[in-house]
Amino acid sequence: MRRDALENRIYDVAVIGAGVIGSAIARELCRYDLSVCIIEKNVDVCEGTSKANSAIVHGGFDAKPGTMKAKMNVIGNRMMDKVCEELDVPFKRNGAMVISFEGEDSLSELVARAKANGVEVEIVDPKDYEENISSDAKCALLCKSSGIVCPFELTLGYAENAVENGADIYLNTPVLGIKKDENFTIHTSKGNIQARCIVNAAGVYADAIHDMYLSHSYTITPRKGEYLLYDRDLKDLVSHTIFQLPGKMGKGVLVTPTIHGNLLAGPSADDLLEKDDLETTDEGLAYVLNTASKSLKDMPSMVITSFAGLRAHGDTGDFVLDMPACGFFEAACIESPGLTSAPAIGEYMAGMVAGYLGADLDPSFNPVRKKRVLDGDRIICRCESVTEGEILAAIHSTIGARTLDGVKRRVRAGSGRCQGGFCSIKVMEILARELDVPFEDIRKNTLDSVIVFGKTK
Amino acid sequence: MKKDLVVIGAGPAGLAAAISAYEEGIRDILIVERDNLLGGILNQCIHPGFGLFTFGEELTGPEYAARYIAKVKELGIEYMLDTMVMDITRDKVVTLSSGLKLEAGAIILAMGCRERPRGALNISGTRPSGIFTAGTAQRLMNIEGYMPGKEVVILGSGDIGLIMARRMTLEGAKVKMVVEIKEKSGGLARNIAQCLDDFNIPLLLNTTVTKIHGKDRVTGVTLSTGEYVSCDTILLSVGLIPENELSKKCGVRLEEGSNNIICSEDLMTDVDGVFCSGNVHHVHDLVDNVTKEAIKAGKSAAIYLRR
Amino acid sequence: MEKTYTCINCPLGCQVKAVISEGKVISLSGNTCEKGEKYVVKEVERPSRLVTSTVKVIGGRGPLVSVRTREEIPKEHIFDVMDEINKVVLKAPVGLGDVIIKDIFGTDVISTCEMEEK
Repeated sequence: MRRDALENRIYDVAVIGAGVIGSAIARELCRYDLSVCIIEKNVDVCEGTSKANSAIVHGGFDAKPGTMKAKMNVIGNRMMDKVCEELDVPFKRNGAMVISFEGEDSLSELVARAKANGVEVEIVDPKDYEENISSDAKCALLCKSSGIVCPFELTLGYAENAVENGADIYLNTPVLGIKKDENFTIHTSKGNIQARCIVNAAGVYADAIHDMYLSHSYTITPRKGEYLLYDRDLKDLVSHTIFQLPGKMGKGVLVTPTIHGNLLAGPSADDLLEKDDLETTDEGLAYVLNTASKSLKDMPSMVITSFAGLRAHGDTGDFVLDMPACGFFEAACIESPGLTSAPAIGEYMAGMVAGYLGADLDPSFNPVRKKRVLDGDRIICRCESVTEGEILAAIHSTIGARTLDGVKRRVRAGSGRCQGGFCSIKVMEILARELDVPFEDIRKNTLDSVIVFGKTK
Repeated sequence: MKKDLVVIGAGPAGLAAAISAYEEGIRDILIVERDNLLGGILNQCIHPGFGLFTFGEELTGPEYAARYIAKVKELGIEYMLDTMVMDITRDKVVTLSSGLKLEAGAIILAMGCRERPRGALNISGTRPSGIFTAGTAQRLMNIEGYMPGKEVVILGSGDIGLIMARRMTLEGAKVKMVVEIKEKSGGLARNIAQCLDDFNIPLLLNTTVTKIHGKDRVTGVTLSTGEYVSCDTILLSVGLIPENELSKKCGVRLEEGSNNIICSEDLMTDVDGVFCSGNVHHVHDLVDNVTKEAIKAGKSAAIYLRR
Repeated sequence: MEKTYTCINCPLGCQVKAVISEGKVISLSGNTCEKGEKYVVKEVERPSRLVTSTVKVIGGRGPLVSVRTREEIPKEHIFDVMDEINKVVLKAPVGLGDVIIKDIFGTDVISTCEMEEK
């Protein structure tokens, strides 16, 4: 949209942040007769916490009863089947086990929490369910309703469905300031955006957005979690998500199959000062490996990549789902179980905003995301057998991929065991051709993540 | 559809194996290639050093490949480009990416190898752009014509890394160093002499990269010595692995760790009628040795088909 | 003066020890064949190299043609040859072995691949 046109438009709601929470809220807002936009500082959706996490749907047995975390977790878990079907997102209830190296007594607090939260669990001998489980594991709490999901697809599905239902999305648009006269004026790198309401869903930056308009009331500490991702050959090593009994710094290191058939171990937990520190560390990776090794008989060595993600750990102790000032809503401090809670938070926040604005339901809302299918059976990514047609669909979908990582997240080209060694050049060629830009303009993810420096000749 | 012999891969191994089988009297042959031209990795290996033992002269990769491509065309051996084999069964049914199923009398595996990526090394740090395997950088420069970097640190002293140190220097990049964790380079002595020494590029032995820096693009590395080296590009030349994903599907037995194929003297794998040749069997130093082995595999497959 | 050279003729990479006096080789040891001797003498007296690179091509199936010097050229002129190679722009089709630059440091730059028209 042109700058002047942008400045003349007044949205009913502007959602800041296109992670899974912002995208879910935007999509749920589209159920109402409201004009909605999403403002995202990165070049793509799902670039923050939503892209680097455990990718699991928690059962809800360990959140403290009575908290928003517990409530949203349990509701979100129950909503997941329907949401994933509507949005065409891969999801599976593979079940989770919390193993204990002590006796059954050590699990009693979890059992009590599960009961209070209304989550079905049972105490089992983990060896009856997993043959590769450590022989030191004496017993386990089994929660069959836990699952695994693709967090990229869930975020993208929500954001695309919002756009398909009329929402606008402004990518690569950092918010620089917020003020309010009659309406909110959101000062961004691309000009001012006006809205009657704001929903702050800015992840680890939510406190900074809050402080642009209101006085400081909570602090978000980015809590780094490092992960190891293993080769698909190991997909049969465990079928459940294996937790160890939680400690003070989080839920401990888990070992889980991913929805795409890899094995994932992590996260570590380190509180940081910087909100964009995604460095993995020798110590963090060693911690993940050593801790995860306790869960299994043999921890394999076929790591294909390691990565770090930041959780938005707030000093509030619970999710902040609130309207701290007229028309200014926020979904902040969304750490684990944020991914699981996203459907519930989306519904809850949208309901709150719609109530405030007195909006009616929009009968034309279509909850089903349309995934594009395009022709082209040439295999581009060998490791994951991704075709040219799939890549074309990723580029030309409602919110199309613009970067190498954007393609990778949408269709997994480059996420296999060779990590893009063979296919990255071909994907860049397809991106350049389809977007009609020079090859050297293709980026890995951010605007400055240049891949090649011009032509040799 | 039936085929006497299906050769998977049209690099040096596949081409020589197909020609050899033809010369042994097999006519109904199909070579399946996933790329859009014959020759495989040789097309991007524009440096000399190929063919000294096979032809008694020093050729570049494309020239070496051209001799076999010409022969395949001259003999009229059938080939398919832009086609990937998706599956092979134990009873030798080959499924192509086009959906076509071939019942093969015999199969020669010639898929080559791939480079070890960063993940396999588990180097900590950020995940910026500017990290390439040496082979990817080679393709970018020699086939696509783009500069992958300006200030380069090469991790690992495999031959492709050494070749790329020279190649990038010739095209105007500054190659700051090659670091090798072992006490001896894995590359050929001649490549150290003519690719590093000729251009005064230091080779640091017993040294590795312990951390990668840079949020968007690489800005530098920390070495195991503690030294920080600024650079915008890291090339990885840390070993090759036979590409045996397909082989595993039909039950070919592999050596654990190396991913090499366990096969008989005549290059038949554990699966009856499935042969292997070249880098998919094990990684060879020289293309001349790949050719030699492929000729033998072609012969063995022909004997098997005639039996 | 005594100096050790790595013979670059073949993958054996023999370590050849040479005794040198006033820029001439007096004696050699460590080579496994005649080529090693020839190489070291040449390396001491007038070192030379094959140069391989690429040349821009217009209208081809790809943007580049790979090229090399037909014979070795004096080592100190590697970058001079590169400068000349970088000036050339070809038009497809290009045949394998076509002369790209004629008579440069006593040899030619030739194409090492075929490049059909698009």
